[in-house]
Formats: sequence, structure tokens, C-alpha cells
Amino acid sequence: MTDMTVLQSRSEDASTGEDFSASVMSIEIGPAHPAMHGIVRLTTQLDGELIVGMEAEIGYLHRGFEKESENSKWIQVIPYTDRLNYVSPLLCNIGYSMAVEKLYGIEAPRRAEFTRVIMGEISRITDHLTCLGAVAMEIGAFTFFLWFIKAREYLWELVEEMTGARLTTNWTRFGGNAFDLPDGFLSDLSDRLAKLKEVLTECDKLLTRNKIFIDRVKDVGAISKEDALSYGFTGPMLRACGIPFDVRRADSYSVYDELDFEIPVGSTGDCFDRFLVRMEEIRQSISIIEQAADKMPEGPFMTDERMMHYPDKKDVYGNIEGLIDHFKLVMEGHQPPAGEIYMPTEGGNGEIGFYLVSDGSGDPVRVRMRPPCFNFVAAMPAMTVGHYVADIVPIFGSVNMIGGELDR
Amino acid sequence: MSEEISTQETETPPEACELTTMLEQEFPGAVTGFHSHRGDETVIIERSALESVCRFLRDDSRCSFEIMMDLTAVDRLEMNETPRFEMVYHFKSLTHARRLRLKVRLAEDDCKIASIHHLWKAVDWYERECFDMFGIVFEGHPDLRRILMYDEFEGHPLRKDYPIDKQQPLVELKEVEERHVYGRHA
Repeated sequence: MTDMTVLQSRSEDASTGEDFSASVMSIEIGPAHPAMHGIVRLTTQLDGELIVGMEAEIGYLHRGFEKESENSKWIQVIPYTDRLNYVSPLLCNIGYSMAVEKLYGIEAPRRAEFTRVIMGEISRITDHLTCLGAVAMEIGAFTFFLWFIKAREYLWELVEEMTGARLTTNWTRFGGNAFDLPDGFLSDLSDRLAKLKEVLTECDKLLTRNKIFIDRVKDVGAISKEDALSYGFTGPMLRACGIPFDVRRADSYSVYDELDFEIPVGSTGDCFDRFLVRMEEIRQSISIIEQAADKMPEGPFMTDERMMHYPDKKDVYGNIEGLIDHFKLVMEGHQPPAGEIYMPTEGGNGEIGFYLVSDGSGDPVRVRMRPPCFNFVAAMPAMTVGHYVADIVPIFGSVNMIGGELDR
Repeated sequence: MSEEISTQETETPPEACELTTMLEQEFPGAVTGFHSHRGDETVIIERSALESVCRFLRDDSRCSFEIMMDLTAVDRLEMNETPRFEMVYHFKSLTHARRLRLKVRLAEDDCKIASIHHLWKAVDWYERECFDMFGIVFEGHPDLRRILMYDEFEGHPLRKDYPIDKQQPLVELKEVEERHVYGRHA
């Protein structure tokens, strides 16, 4: 970190080709590398162990989410959203369904919204547990990883209880959810949260004040407030820089305005601050879940608007309206009114925004998802230049790159 | 599209929101349309004004849009709208806690637009993705090459006239050095 500008200009000179300084060498890290979370290629310019230049190349997991969605019916996109962020699929389900609801101009019933808050926060916790566990493991704290994955397992069992699947959840619908709370879910939930809190306390003692860990993450990968904003950072990465921007508060959606929670912020924006912010967010999420479970209202979990959900089988076979609705929903699909909306929601990594354009027919014109970690990977050169090769591991870990949403 | 939406929804002429009025005053003749469907404030501007409007949105204290949230395009081929492409920019202001969508329309035979990569650092990759997916050329971008697809890919996959089941030819395996001659430093 001695003289960033000199290093920067040296790297640029180096990569123009001919006058390649003999001391600078180019090393490929990835696309498939044990210390990389997904498939991404980092071409680094090294002066000894010092990183003087970096270029990130993405796209290895591109599956054409947007193209595929635009060739599907609106409802058929929901399973694809599971595959965007595969450590917190429910948050993408919720984000997409809320976006289509905004396109329709309707709201889900309160019980559905409270259930979404609970499941969404469970997903946020699993997202943070995975991220922190992986960072800790990669820099040597293997116990921490195992304990966090154990805790994540408690929560995934809850997800399975609710949706029938651990990852491919496909749980939300337009105007509600596929299923209501199963019997005994809330008591299971409080048991699991109690266990999770124990794990958190243990892990906190294990790592948060651990000198070896702090040496690896403190003052590593820091980014200034201005740069973070300019790069379009959101979520824990931005909050670690000291900017309290949380979509749940700033553009309050669902029932988050009725729930009481704090937005933890860091000060320097280094890897240690990101770690602390995520740890505190897990605690805040637990508190949100407990409040939502206490306030859980009675009532329907699906809207009763016509042409939003498939009618009950007794209506399909019992009366002509039910039969027609069912036929039209299957053959023509949902038909949101013509228009365009952008719906921001807070994902595990940052702002998940869906930009949808409808022309009033059953076929989506545009389904665009704003992936939060796209910006983080774009800023990898800014965060790594001036550090050492070994620092790539905690920096890239704290970015929490999810290939599914990065490459779509 | 803006006028149709507003009449369908409210049956009263759309009322210009605060930012729309401000942009109309600051850039006379640049604003060609606006709406605020479902509360999303949207302004459609002339292509030539993009750079100066974006600079104003970022720097003016009444706007302070610190975050360039999203940049994408819409291919309106199947909606039978002309011009065919629409650039869509989403901004977020933390100071004033609001969002704005800016749109610029581009004709099919002239889909070029000024790059705004120097205003927000996030734009660099967003514009590369938009070029990759839609073939829109961002003039002044320092490194406009594909980001999600590979360099040999033919066509632009998110255009509506790109068939979803189109097959691409296999690409010959190349040495690492060869793959590096393109790009910013070539």
C-alpha cells in the first residue's frame, strides 16, 4: 500500500505489452481454483507477491436466465429465480413475486407477507452463514466453518419443512405463497433459533477476537465510501463502509416497517468490518424473525383476486368460472397490465432489483435482474491492487460472489 | 408507451413529478416524455442530452444520485414500437431517498449512445453487458467487449430476433496468450 499511484501506473505500463517489466508477471487464478467460490477468472499482475494489476473475467456460469424468462410465462420464471442465488433462493423468489405484484398493483395478504419476512430472513441468515463460514475456512478456521454449516443445516430443515425442498424452493406465487405455515412450524422455528444463537455465541468467542484471524482480515480489501457508491455497492459490503443503506428501511417493502431492527454499519470497509456487519445482521435477522412470528396474523395466505392463482380443484370441476379461469391461466398465463416497474428488495448480498416490462399479453417483454455481486466483482481490481496474493482469498470470500446471480 | 399507461391507469393526464419538472427546466427540449407508473418516476430524454443530464443528476445537490443502480435495454421488436430499442437507467439517491428511471430511445439502424462510464464506476461493466446482450454501442467506452458471452459468439442473445434455440459454431481451443491480445491494453 506504499504508493498506489506508482503501482497503478506500473501495472498499466506492464500490460501495454512491449515494455513488460521483467519483475512483473501475470498469473491466472481460476476459472476453477480451490480458493475461488464460483467459477471466475482473475488475471493478476504480480510484482513478487504484491498485486499490481488485476482483471476479472466472468460469464462462466451464464445460462441465459433473462432470455429463458422472456420465452416463458410469468409464473414459469419463479423456478428459475431459485437458481439465481443458490444460498438464499427464497429471497430471489420473494423479490420476483413482489415485482410481479407491483406490476399488477396488488399486495399479498398480511399473513403471506409475515411468512415471507420469516422465510426471507432465514435465507438471509443462511446466506451470511455460508459466506462467513467459507471465509473463515479459507484462512484456516475450519471449526468455525463446520459449526456454521451445522447451524445452516438447522435452518435448511425449516426451509424444507415449509417448501418441500432445500434449494429449489419455488415457494412464492403472485399474491401469496404456495403453502401456508405447516403445523408446528413456529415452535420448530423457535427451537432452531435457540440452537442457532448458541452456535453464534460459540463462534463469536472462537473468532471475533482471534488475533490470527484479525491479522488476515483487518485493513485488507478496504474501499472508500465514495468508491463503494460509485461502484454501485449495496448490502453488507456498502454498510461495512459506514453507509447505512438497507432497502428494507430505505424503500420499505412488505411489512418491514412494522418490525424493529437495527442496521449495523462498519467504518473502514475492510474485510473485518464486512465480517462484523454480517455477524450482527444475523442477530438482527433472528430478532426480526422472532417479532414476525409473534405478530403472525390469522387469515389467508393467498390473495382472492381472480386470475392471480389457480382456482381450487372443486371450482375447476364444479363451476364454469373456475374451469375457464383454470384454462386461461394454464393456456395463456398470467396477464399483468401493460407497464414497466423496478422492484428493489434486500437480498443476502445487496439490492436485488427486478425490472419487468409487460405488454399486457401473457408473455414477458423484459425480465431483468440486477445482481448485487456484479458490482463487487467489477470492483475486485480496486480492492486488491496493493495487497498480497494471499489477501485475494479473504477479499474474494467477503465479496460472497454467487455465480448464479453474477452470470445469470 | 408512457402516455398509454397513464391513460389506462388513471384516465387523467399524467402529472409531472418534481424531478421531471426540474429536468424540463434545466434541459429545455431534452425531455420527450414521462410517467410514474406504480410510483416509479420515469423520464424519457433525447439521446444527445444523456451525458449532461446524467452529470446533472449526479452532481446537482437537488438530485445527488450517488448510486447508478442498473443499466439495461429493452428490445421492443415484438411490441411493434419504434424506435426499436430503449435504454433504461436506474438511479438511487441516498441523500433524498428516491429513485429515478431515465430512458433513451434508439433506432435499430443507429443503436449508438454516449458512454457514461466516467460518471459512475459501475457503468463500465453494465455497458459491456448491454453491448454483449443487445449490441448497443457505447461511444467512448474504453473497453467495449463481451462480458458474459465469449468473443467468438455471433449475434446478441437478448435481441428478440435471436432465436432461443440457435446453435453456435464450436470455437477452436486457443492458447492463453492468444486470448489476451484483445481488450483494454491491446
